[in-house]
Amino acid sequence: MSILIDQHTKVICQGITGSQGTLHTEQAIAYGTEMVGGVTPGKGGTQHLGLPVFDTVAEAVATTGATTSVIYVPARFCLDSILEAVDAGIELIVCITEGIPTLDMLRVKHHLDGTGTRLVGPNCPGVITPGECKIGIMPGEIHLPGKVGVVSRSGTLTYEAVKQTTDIGLGQSTCVGIGGDPIPGTHFIDVLRLFQDDPATEAIVMVGEIGGTAEEEAAAFIADHVSKPVVAYIAGVTAPKGKRMGHAGAIIAGGKGTAAEKFAALREAGAETVNNLAEIGELLNDLNLSSS
Amino acid sequence: MQFIRSIDAKENEHRTSVLIQQAIHMNLHEYQSKELFAKFRLPVSKGQVARSADEAVAAASELGGDRWVIKVQVHAGGRGKAGGVKLVSNEKDIRAFANQWLGNHIQTVQTTGEGQPVNLLYVEEITDIDTELYLGAVIDRATARVVVMASAEGGVEIEQVAAETPEKIFRATIDPGLGPQEFQGRQLAFRLGMSGSQVAQFTQLFMNLCRMFMELDCSLVEINPLVITADGDIHCLDAKVNIDGNALFRHADLASLNDPSQDDEREAQAAEYDLNYVALDGNIGCMVNGAGLAMGTMDLVKLRGGMPANFLDVGGGVTVESVSQAFKIILADPEVKAVLINIFGGIVSCADIADGIVRAVQEVGVEVPVIVRFDGNSAAEGSRILADSGLNIIAAATLPEAAEKAVAATTSTVAA
Repeated sequence: MSILIDQHTKVICQGITGSQGTLHTEQAIAYGTEMVGGVTPGKGGTQHLGLPVFDTVAEAVATTGATTSVIYVPARFCLDSILEAVDAGIELIVCITEGIPTLDMLRVKHHLDGTGTRLVGPNCPGVITPGECKIGIMPGEIHLPGKVGVVSRSGTLTYEAVKQTTDIGLGQSTCVGIGGDPIPGTHFIDVLRLFQDDPATEAIVMVGEIGGTAEEEAAAFIADHVSKPVVAYIAGVTAPKGKRMGHAGAIIAGGKGTAAEKFAALREAGAETVNNLAEIGELLNDLNLSSS
Repeated sequence: MQFIRSIDAKENEHRTSVLIQQAIHMNLHEYQSKELFAKFRLPVSKGQVARSADEAVAAASELGGDRWVIKVQVHAGGRGKAGGVKLVSNEKDIRAFANQWLGNHIQTVQTTGEGQPVNLLYVEEITDIDTELYLGAVIDRATARVVVMASAEGGVEIEQVAAETPEKIFRATIDPGLGPQEFQGRQLAFRLGMSGSQVAQFTQLFMNLCRMFMELDCSLVEINPLVITADGDIHCLDAKVNIDGNALFRHADLASLNDPSQDDEREAQAAEYDLNYVALDGNIGCMVNGAGLAMGTMDLVKLRGGMPANFLDVGGGVTVESVSQAFKIILADPEVKAVLINIFGGIVSCADIADGIVRAVQEVGVEVPVIVRFDGNSAAEGSRILADSGLNIIAAATLPEAAEKAVAATTSTVAA
């Protein structure tokens, strides 16, 4: 078991013929992801990497039965690509692209309400269920099928946490990168709810960072709805106020969104917190989960 | 996930690095903001920009009247308290103000270091003020909506009002599908205590403000203070506009409004090479791939008793060139006593990064200890390349070890 994706998930790639679309589709196929096609307007009817290319998402869905789409198109075209995927009835959209205008994301979020589509990202590494399905740019080889659910706003910081859970032999049920933008399609809470309901997930690692209030909201949700152990780490204790630390979402504005506040909220909610990112695995080990 | 940005740039060559370095948000000067206000029929005073004392005097004479407001144009608030805004009524005072500020820096509560350079002044007609209000529009992350905020507590720090008396801030949430509605403007006007023709005036202003926010891809618009004049009219006395840098591809005219003199020199230089850099006060230079991991690395340095000199994310598509530039930028800070490199190889191979580090260390002539920790893709091979280079590069097996070695290197330097 896992959340969001598994070995049966049929995936298409929007922007499959571009350089990033090509590179990561190749890697996904090599990992074992069931890639069933791609979309590049104007290149319909051709083949790329041995997969059929379609002009529209609707056509791709009708022909292949895909339920999931990964988006690698440039930022300026993402609003259009996401809306097209929603219109075609895609259930899960994973948008990797960085740099989408914030007002475009406001329109996307508003449009998604009331549809059955979930968006993960943008500006994220993607989603992986180890050994079954890899959608995104994360290195597959650091993952191990297992029992820890990982959810994170970051990219390489997620890999760090993932590798620690692999090194101690616990492995991961599913890893979800929700992305570093101020307006993400999926929040911590959405993923925590899925992990709580997933029998294969025995513990949850949550990696947050400064900026916004998503971690505080997650803390409130954990207190009320999550019975599984949660290990949380927040990056950015040393970040100064008012400076954007790389991610568009990582800025301490008006004194709010500091790492200290987020750590405190999570501790109060009953989560185990680590202030040293290298100790995530150690703390998980201390939880004495049954071995794989 | 920097690479997506770089392919975007490659596929649209015309939109080169100028755009990339502004990606996130672009600050505008007051005079630029007011030009945009005027286009959207938001009431502003007549004014003129001046680059010299002569131009300031000429501006005043062209505007007419016998009293003017003269203001420094910098990307920072709190100018008034710092002496950067003055009421003047004769040529001598105008010249004195221009000579005091032009070519100098101004330090306000919002600036760091030596402050912001003053290259421009704005000379404006005077407004007789009866009441000062606050009006602003921002993007609320929690609800994913544009929110307009208004308060009768104008002319003061709105953050302070929000913290101490939140009930004095009135809000209107804009529906992304419907856009702003007139009733929302009326509601704010009545809550602010307006009556008569002011309500209609304010409602119009509210509608135009929202239209501007959406059409120009703003990330912030602030009018502090919005004033009611002695004649009872509503007027924008100050104007602050930030534009979403990620949306500049559809606003070529706005991109040209950027004033690079107001940016931190090293941060701007870093952005040209697609590096995210923020200067800090410590002495351990940090070079990391990924923003979250970069913050985590800095936090670990501090936890081990050291102080990071900077935040630097070399991005997902690290190259020899960007590693070399990153070294130059980090070492331009004279406080740096050691450099800590932390790379988690995902798509990028640590072996490639190792080659880049070796070349950069040779080219740049790095004289401080360099501590490197590799993990992930080709980590072992990367470490071997560093060991074989014969350079003074300290390899660390784990991140905590790397942080400890970096801290030890700086403390021993101090002792020596």
